[in-house]
Formats: sequence, structure tokens, C-alpha cells
Amino acid sequence: MQAWHFTETAYPYLPPADSYPSIRVTLPNKHYDPHKGAALYDRYLMEWQIAEEEGLNLMLNEHHQTATCVDPAAPLMLAALARLTSKARLLILGNPAANRRQPVRIAEEMAMIDILSKGRLEVGFVRGVPYEISPANSNPVRMNERFWEAINLVVKAWTNHDGPVSHEGRFFHHRNINIWPRVYQTPHPPMWISTTSASGARQVGEKGYVQATFLTGFGETRKIYEAYRAGWRAAGRGQDVPIDRLAYCAIVYVGKTEEEAYRGAEKLLWYVTANKVAPQFVNPPGYVPVAANVAMLRGATHPLSEFAKSASVEAAIKAGFLMAGTPEQVYQQIKRHYQYVGGYGHLLIMGQAGFLDHEDTVEGIRNFAREVYPRLQAEFPDTTISGQFGDVPPEPPKDYLIERPASSEAPVTLDERPMTPLGVARGA
Amino acid sequence: MQRSVMTLGTVEVEVHEQGSGKPILFLHGASGFNPAEPHVPLIAESRRLLCPSHPGFGRSALPDWIDNVDDVAHLYLDLMDRCGFDTVDIIGCSMGGWIAAEMLTKAPERFSKAVLVGPVGIKIGPADKLDIPDIYVMPPSEVPKLIYHEPARFPFDPAALSDEQLTIMMRNKESTALYVWEPYMHNPKLLHRLYRVTSPTLFVRGASDGLVSADYVDGYAGLIKGAKVVTIPEAGHVPHVEQPAVFAKTVLEFLS
Repeated sequence: MQAWHFTETAYPYLPPADSYPSIRVTLPNKHYDPHKGAALYDRYLMEWQIAEEEGLNLMLNEHHQTATCVDPAAPLMLAALARLTSKARLLILGNPAANRRQPVRIAEEMAMIDILSKGRLEVGFVRGVPYEISPANSNPVRMNERFWEAINLVVKAWTNHDGPVSHEGRFFHHRNINIWPRVYQTPHPPMWISTTSASGARQVGEKGYVQATFLTGFGETRKIYEAYRAGWRAAGRGQDVPIDRLAYCAIVYVGKTEEEAYRGAEKLLWYVTANKVAPQFVNPPGYVPVAANVAMLRGATHPLSEFAKSASVEAAIKAGFLMAGTPEQVYQQIKRHYQYVGGYGHLLIMGQAGFLDHEDTVEGIRNFAREVYPRLQAEFPDTTISGQFGDVPPEPPKDYLIERPASSEAPVTLDERPMTPLGVARGA
Repeated sequence: MQRSVMTLGTVEVEVHEQGSGKPILFLHGASGFNPAEPHVPLIAESRRLLCPSHPGFGRSALPDWIDNVDDVAHLYLDLMDRCGFDTVDIIGCSMGGWIAAEMLTKAPERFSKAVLVGPVGIKIGPADKLDIPDIYVMPPSEVPKLIYHEPARFPFDPAALSDEQLTIMMRNKESTALYVWEPYMHNPKLLHRLYRVTSPTLFVRGASDGLVSADYVDGYAGLIKGAKVVTIPEAGHVPHVEQPAVFAKTVLEFLS
């Protein structure tokens, strides 16, 4: 198993949550102090460097117009990491391909970073959460079609080496594609896609890219991986799906003691609970299929929305998206999850969020890297075939995953994490 | 109303029709065409009223290649050919008014008279201020206040609607976004083409319309030679729904 240290480089020094309607899209940047922001960048970069020293790989992502993730141009941060590190694999998860106007530019940025890092780059693509639509001024309708055309165009730009080629597609037009530099790795860097739906995962499986899913717990993760394997097999890639095609992102905090770990984990839950989003940004028209919108009008909702109302470390552990405790406890939690979902080759670790300070972040990274990671690598080798279920119950444990009553009016999200119901956001 | 499906090129378009006499082409706004709307019988009493559902609205298909209002304008000129109409009167509401305006600039000779009801479609204000308020960044509860003079008369209760009705409603919302997202609610070319319009044109605006301002409508009308503006009191963006009798009388008098 490969482990990746991930932080969203949040800016947590915000006014009380009840003083603003949305942490996303509209929160005025007068609340961002550039001096504090610069210190945070220093700190987050240093933590990535420490994670590398401890033997972890590194991951980063991109969001726009939000305090939850102040990395609106992730390739820039990645370029810095390419020069500050020398061993770790570098994963961007990912490029919001459907919201970028010029996929060939993405191909160029990634090629530069692949060269700068001498072939350590892993290139992820994300469709983007719904609240990215407004900052990008991007049409939410036909986003999926745009997404896949963009990715195919990036691959075309990477893999052509004999002078200009053209692309006249449905959404993008280029007459002379001939990028310099070309990518370092052959034929191109490993590609990742994140999706939290089974239908999306099937498509990713057909393509054979690495499938990452975020905070989807037990039942959903298992369904997503099954769909990936079905897509993989349907596309004629063979019966066996290598374990390194699947990734799971969880919040992880390892302490010397359970108490210490729970204190750290409590702070990391900021990632889930601080995501206060105004309803108009949660589900723009066309972001989800019509049938899903009808289901929501009939009361369906994202299961994590319930969780955010009464978030607790215990509930999050039970749900399988938080791994927290002593090294032994965390090892057992990951093992249980791994075996229930049929295994994964990559554990993406949300190891820093919100107010988890530098010392505690480093403590968590070190405890994981030294006490848990070696056991995971030994127990779950990278050569495993996915889809083997361990000796675990066929049903996920009963947890907060309950159906919302039809009368409920709470807003919903299809993000990997819940939107905190308005007015009850937890925070500083 | 009688419902039929016409295949125009590659697009299956649903058309509701009622009445007889000289045809009126009625182009709905973002909420789609609802045959139960109260202005329908009032107009169909004396005229033949044809109401297509735009591609992606109602039960009309939405092929992959369609993504802007211009596409719809071309489609409806074809619809007129297929119906054998040399000329028609046209009424377009909101986004339907935009489609109508596009049609008027493409084939001005095909229209006897035109009525544009709270139409969008042009950009005449400064670059740093939206001509039409952004319905996609305001709290959803604010939108009805801009659309209706009396929003309380038009509550939205999903429990009272069938799955099919909700499906059409959600599909209409999605298709609206497809058409109006960018440039927001307008075609930058349209205002430069409006000089071509030759038919007598009436602009109708609800006095309480929170989306389309009086200045916007006056500016729009100023681009079409001889166009007149009428304001309907106690109505918002959908005067045909809120004041059907006044609306029908105003429109029929102008078209007669």
C-alpha cells in the first residue's frame, strides 16, 4: 500500500460561521490576511517535506474562492513541491478539467512539473464540486462530456511527439498541438480520476485510470470499487484488477494514546463540519441528472449531511471515513475497511485540516509513518489483486447512514463531504 | 389543448395547439410551457395558438448539438415552413422573447407583428453590472420574489406534483441553464442585428418584474424601429400568468 499526505491548505482564521452565509464562493477575501496566509503556505509546504522525509507520498488539490482550500492554482504549488522534494511521488487530485477553458494548457503545466520533478508526477482529474461552477463561470450542464473530452485532449497532447496535431471536438478546438516540454514519464504520468458515484467509477474502470474515492465509508466505497472492476473487465482489460488502480481518501490521525489521537481527530473533522455552503451553490442545474434532482425533491439527501449535524470522532470512525487512535487501533480500522471494500492500493490521508497546528500535524504524520505504514505495506502489498474480501461482515456496521425523512428541507450536496446545515456550522 | 410532436431536422419538438384563425406562435420562458396557464383560452378564443416546447423543455428532445438560443430560432423558422405559414404573429416571454427576437432578425419578412414579454437576450448596460440579476447566485427563496408580483399565490410544493411533473420541471431548469449560462442571458450579437426587424413590435413588462428592468425594456425597444412599451400593473416577470385577462386583451388588441 502507498500512503499519501494530503492537506487542503485551508485558511481557518475566519469570523464566526453565523456571520457569513457561505464559506465557498462569496466569502469576501478581506478576511484573508496575506501575512497569515504566507505563514500558512510556509507551514503546509514544510509539512509536505516532513511527510516526504517520513517516507510518504504527497497529494494536493485545487479549489476556488474558498477558505477551505487556498490553492486555486494547484500546479503552482506542485511546481514548488517538485523543487522542495526529491523522492516522493507527487499527486495532484486534481485538475478540474471541465472548468478549465484550455486543456492543452493543463497538458503543458503537467509536462513542466513532470520534468521539474524528474518523473515523480501523478496527474489526477476531478470533475469538481458544484461550488466550483460559479467561480469558473462554467456551464454545469454537459460537464461530464466536457470533462472526458478535455482529458482525452490532454492525453493526445502528451503522447504526440511528431509535430502538430489537431483537435476539433464538441467543446474544444486546437489546430496546432505540439507541446514543449513533453512529459518525462513514458507514455505519460499515471492518471487518476476521483468520483464518488458508481456510474462514474465504471467509466474510470473502462479507461483503466486510478480511481480515487473520498470519505465514502464502507458500503459506498465497496459499490464504487465493484463498479470500477466491472468497467475494467467490460473494457477487456482482463479479469484481475490490480490493487494499485484503487485509492481511498480518509481522515487519519495517529496518536501515542487514544486521547491524544481523538484530540487531533476532532480538529481534523473541521474538514467535514466547516463546509458551510449557501444552497444556491450546492446543486446548480445540470450538475446531477434530472432523476437525482427529482429524488432530492422527494427528500433524498447526501448521507454525510446527517453526520455533519452531530459530527463526532466515534461516529466518523464507525462510518469508515476517519481512522483515529493508537497505532494498533488505526491499523485495525484500516484493515477492517480495506477488507470490507475489497482492498485498495493507495490510502490518501487527510492529515491536516482546519486548526490542527504544526506540531500536532507532524506528530500525526510521524506516528502514522513510523508505527502504522510499515505494517500496512507488509500486510497489503502493491502486487495484490483487488476485489478480495477479508473475513468481515457482509454488511457495513450500522451507522449514521440513514435516509432523510421526506419532509426534511435540509439542503443536499453531492460533494465528497457534507454541507453543514445553515446556521449550525461549527468552526473556530 | 391538442398536443403533437413534430420532427424538425433531427429534433423532436412537442407542440401544443388550440383555436383557429390567423396563427400566433407563442414561445415560453424558462419555466416551460404549461397548457393550463390561464392566458391560453383567452387568446385561443379568437386566434390559432401554437406553443412549441423548446428543445430540452417539456417533452421536446435535446440533441447533443443544441446548446444555444440561436439553434432554437433556426428550428422554429423550420417549424413555420413545415406548418405552411408564410407569416405569423409571434409572442415570446422572457427567454422565449429572446428566441423571438433572434427569429425577427433572421427572417423579418415572416412576422406580421411581434410581442416581446419581459424579454432577455441583449446586453446594454455597463460591463461591471449584470443587466439581468444572476438567479444562480441568489438564495433560491429570492427568485420567486423577482418573478412574481405576488409570490405567495404561487407556492412550490413538490408533494403536490407527480414525478412526471417534477421531472419536466427539473429538466426545464437544466435546459435553461444550458441556454442562458454564458454569456449570461444574452447574445452579444443580437443588439447589433435588431435594426433588421420590420414588424410592429410591442414590449410588455410587468410593473413588478424584478428580472427585466424598465430601463432594459426601454433600451431594447429603442433598438427596434417604432416599437412600443406597455406596462401591466400588479404583475412581475410573468404577466400572462399573473394578469391573464389584461395580458390577453393587450396582446390581442395590438395584434388585431
